[in-house]
Amino acid sequence: MADTLVRSVATATPETLARRLRGLSDRALAWLFITPTIVLLLAINIFPLIWTIQLSFTNYRANRPNAPLRDVGLLHYQDILTSTDVWAAMQVTAHFVLWSIVIETLLGFALAWAIDRRFRGHGVLTTLILLPMMLSPAVVGNFWTFLYQPQIGLFNSLVGFVAGIHPSSFQMLGDVRLSPWAIIVVDAWMWTPYVMLICLAGLRSIPHDIYEAAEVDRASKWRQFWTITLPMALPFIMLAVLFRAIENFKMFDMVNLLTGGGPGNVTEVVSITLKRQAFEAWRTGYSSALAIILFVTVFGLASIYVQALNRVKQR
Amino acid sequence: MKPTSPLRRLACAGALAVATALGASTPLPAEAQQTRQLTLCWAAWDPANALVELSRDFTQRSGIQMRFEFVPWPNFADRMLNELNSRGRLCDLMIGDSQWIGGAAENGHYVKLNDFFQREGIRMDDFLPAAVYAYSTWPKGSPNYWALPAMGDALGWTYRRDWFARPDLRAAFRDRFNRDLEAPRTWTELRQVAEFFQNREIDGRRVYGAAIFTERGSEGITMGATAALYAWGFRYDDPQRPYQMNGFVNSPQAVEALEFYRDLFRCCTPPGYTNSYMQEGLDAFKSGQVAMQMNWFAFFPGLYRDQNVGGDRIGFFVNPRQHVDASTLGGQGISVVSYSPNREAALQYIRWFATPDVQRRWWALGGYSVHRAVLEDPGFAQSAPFAADFLRAMSSVQDFWQEPAYAALLIAMQRRLHDYVVAGQGTARQALDLLIQDWTRTFREEGRL
Amino acid sequence: MANGLATSHSVVDPRPGTRAVAGILVLLYAMISMLPLLWIGLTSIKSPPDSIAYPPKLLFQPTLEGYCNLFTTRTRQTPDYIASLPPPSGLCERIVREQNMVVAGPSNFAPRFWNSIVVAFGSTFCAVALGTFAAYGFSRFRVPLKDDLLFFILSTRMMPPIAVAIPIFLMYRQLGLSDTRLGLILLYTAVNVSLAVWLLKGFIDEIPREYEDAAMIDGYTRLQAFIKVVLPQASTGIAATAIFCLIFAWNEYAFAVLLTSGQAQTAPPFIPIIIGEGGQDWPAVAAGTTLFLIPIVGFTILLRRQLLRGITFGAVRK
Repeated sequence: MADTLVRSVATATPETLARRLRGLSDRALAWLFITPTIVLLLAINIFPLIWTIQLSFTNYRANRPNAPLRDVGLLHYQDILTSTDVWAAMQVTAHFVLWSIVIETLLGFALAWAIDRRFRGHGVLTTLILLPMMLSPAVVGNFWTFLYQPQIGLFNSLVGFVAGIHPSSFQMLGDVRLSPWAIIVVDAWMWTPYVMLICLAGLRSIPHDIYEAAEVDRASKWRQFWTITLPMALPFIMLAVLFRAIENFKMFDMVNLLTGGGPGNVTEVVSITLKRQAFEAWRTGYSSALAIILFVTVFGLASIYVQALNRVKQR
Repeated sequence: MKPTSPLRRLACAGALAVATALGASTPLPAEAQQTRQLTLCWAAWDPANALVELSRDFTQRSGIQMRFEFVPWPNFADRMLNELNSRGRLCDLMIGDSQWIGGAAENGHYVKLNDFFQREGIRMDDFLPAAVYAYSTWPKGSPNYWALPAMGDALGWTYRRDWFARPDLRAAFRDRFNRDLEAPRTWTELRQVAEFFQNREIDGRRVYGAAIFTERGSEGITMGATAALYAWGFRYDDPQRPYQMNGFVNSPQAVEALEFYRDLFRCCTPPGYTNSYMQEGLDAFKSGQVAMQMNWFAFFPGLYRDQNVGGDRIGFFVNPRQHVDASTLGGQGISVVSYSPNREAALQYIRWFATPDVQRRWWALGGYSVHRAVLEDPGFAQSAPFAADFLRAMSSVQDFWQEPAYAALLIAMQRRLHDYVVAGQGTARQALDLLIQDWTRTFREEGRL
Repeated sequence: MANGLATSHSVVDPRPGTRAVAGILVLLYAMISMLPLLWIGLTSIKSPPDSIAYPPKLLFQPTLEGYCNLFTTRTRQTPDYIASLPPPSGLCERIVREQNMVVAGPSNFAPRFWNSIVVAFGSTFCAVALGTFAAYGFSRFRVPLKDDLLFFILSTRMMPPIAVAIPIFLMYRQLGLSDTRLGLILLYTAVNVSLAVWLLKGFIDEIPREYEDAAMIDGYTRLQAFIKVVLPQASTGIAATAIFCLIFAWNEYAFAVLLTSGQAQTAPPFIPIIIGEGGQDWPAVAAGTTLFLIPIVGFTILLRRQLLRGITFGAVRK
């Protein structure tokens, strides 16, 4: 196959171009391939990051570009690290990230395990289950305000029907105790399929022979699960957790459209605080500092986690 | 081996898309010598539709096509302020909220209109003084005009006149409260009426007392709560010493008013009403869920025409007093965006809009003109069932801060109010104290303190 | 190392009982999970009063009013005026007249949808193209600081989008890229290219170098070998990467809402603010959501095998 392939390559390339390209050394080609990406990342990711760091030391406000610029040193960082509001937002975010991951991992892994039994129709069902992932989180958040309405919404009616209580007797979005769970439910609905897919990949990567060997040794199904399935799938589960944790830490669209951070500020995740400070109050310097703090936090936590993940993989 | 066809298709589609995008991503072509089209930006609500209708006249007379960009209220400020701050050229004319005046004037978003008014003989004396003060001037009260008053508005109330007229309900109310069931004139009376209707069965359905503003995201709960606060005599700061708020924002009257609002929210509103603003109130009233509704006068023409709850079934009353008569100010002025390439044509529109004939037609179509030729017309108070209340409201309106930093001030108030009223955190006094802290910090950053 | 998904199992012949139970559980989950989506579809064919009926209606008179409202702007007129007009010219005109309204013009939905298509497909194409080249470079050549560079590339995805938007907003304001499709395409490409490089490097690593070496021995340049040998073999990976990039760009909201306005705005910022005469026009919102779902679902179903492989590789690598 490779013969006919390379022959067709030879005949397809025009002579002049071929001669020029032949001249390109490996090294030049490598840089040619990589440079556009690096340039784009420098322009859109790195340069703005540096600019953000710079801004965080000033009192710049984007809606007053002509106001005199003052260097305020570490004032914003001080303010943020001692601000009860920011800490409250971080707590809300942590609660959201933690519980959504717990639910998604348990459900996702269970689903993956069940799908791996390969019952009839599992392909179709898998595709169906994937659908919530395909939606825009903003549109989802908006639509779930409709579903969560106590009187006209589907959610309350169903829960009321199943649990035997009056649909209007509880409000997911208005109740201070329930609204943090409202956002977790929606997130789990959207992203459990994602975790499921990764766990499925993990489960399917476990070679057949190990199980056969275990059968030969007359190990029970339960024991097989604990000593083979779970440990070998663990790197994948951990990876899914990492991805979801990073995404949920950054979460903005869905929560903003679902609760707007309310009632009060019990669902104000840290991205919403950032948006309000940056694009409503236009405190650009302050919000730049907050952005840097968030980035460092995520980066630090992710690095630690990845090291743990690599150690699990070595095993 | 050929590439799989999805891949090839994807590649072709992508290349085509990129080419189209690169070609089509240039901004709107710069105006030709003759401007043929103007874009006007406003909020998406009933009066905007009326303006579309009204502007046909302008198009007929001038030949300039009008394009409209309407954004719903909860997103209007965010979107339009973002637009102005990124020096966007989308809007030629902007009917911006009254609170934006400070920022827009100081940051050069709006064109100063003094010379234009002088040239065209448009006199600010022809407009209601309260409207000119609130919608056009910055610094406040100075003769520097950044907008033409376009839409007068205040927070008012509607009620189900048909329910109030029912003999059985009237009897029950009289038994309970020892007075007649009618449109409340004080907040105490309002609460009684709301309590009376809460969870009552009317025509086989459960109804509720009142729909009030509790929206968290943009400005809802602030507008709603200030309706109560102003009625108790609320002041933002010391009249002798500007920006000194202690003792005023958290005065005993303010605390009492805020507690009253929270109590009203908890006792007498429909379930799930924790994030509601104009549209939710309209929904609740039109679907027959509530006996009374707080909402902007702007919606009253549409409500009066409604098939289900309009006509004889609806009544209106001005914001009740408690210690003083006061209403929350709404309304906007129309301005020319300074980044617009069509300034002359935009000014033409304003000149057309300012004429008394157009203003009269504006009122007839459902827009609230604040031109004195319209308001001081002897037939005005009878021209609509809410017209008299509107005049009454406009004579005692109060507005939120109009500072350039108004957005930061509003965000703080939204948060503290919602925390207390809806989420039930802390006391009213604590909420107001924290608010003073937030506002002090903002004013310090602004250099006002 | 994971082979084709068809051959390795994680159990030896599960008992039929287990299979049935597993099947039922997954079916139950799928049904519950589908309910909100079904409800969205149903709402899109309800009339506005039906959509906000309480208790929620399961049986109702279906109508296309939601879809009509999605695509048009309407004004309310008096019944006399409506009676004086010529007969309605289209389906939507007829539906709208029944509510005592007339069609005043097209809504902004179609332009926003088109913007979504242009921006999403454009940025996906660019991200995948750039990513493929860069991934090949990282895979085949000795690049200094390769691993650190790769991790750093990936770490740029860890910032909340709002945080990224702050300097981009300022930058675009200076460069005149505010509210342009080009600006949005650049941004989405930059965000996606890191994931694309990471994923594609994994796929390209899998391709044995022998094929290219054989081609080059026969006299072809590396570039020709890349185009005619490596690319076809990596096509599954490319398709999987394209799907991920497309899903991100298609559904993205934060950048779109902060950096675009009347001209370049895509669909996600538009759909949640469709309002009718009182409150949100839920049938229209549902209609918009349904229509917006269709392209992405279509692509996913078309390329679902590649998607699965993409997740596998994303998981196995690193």
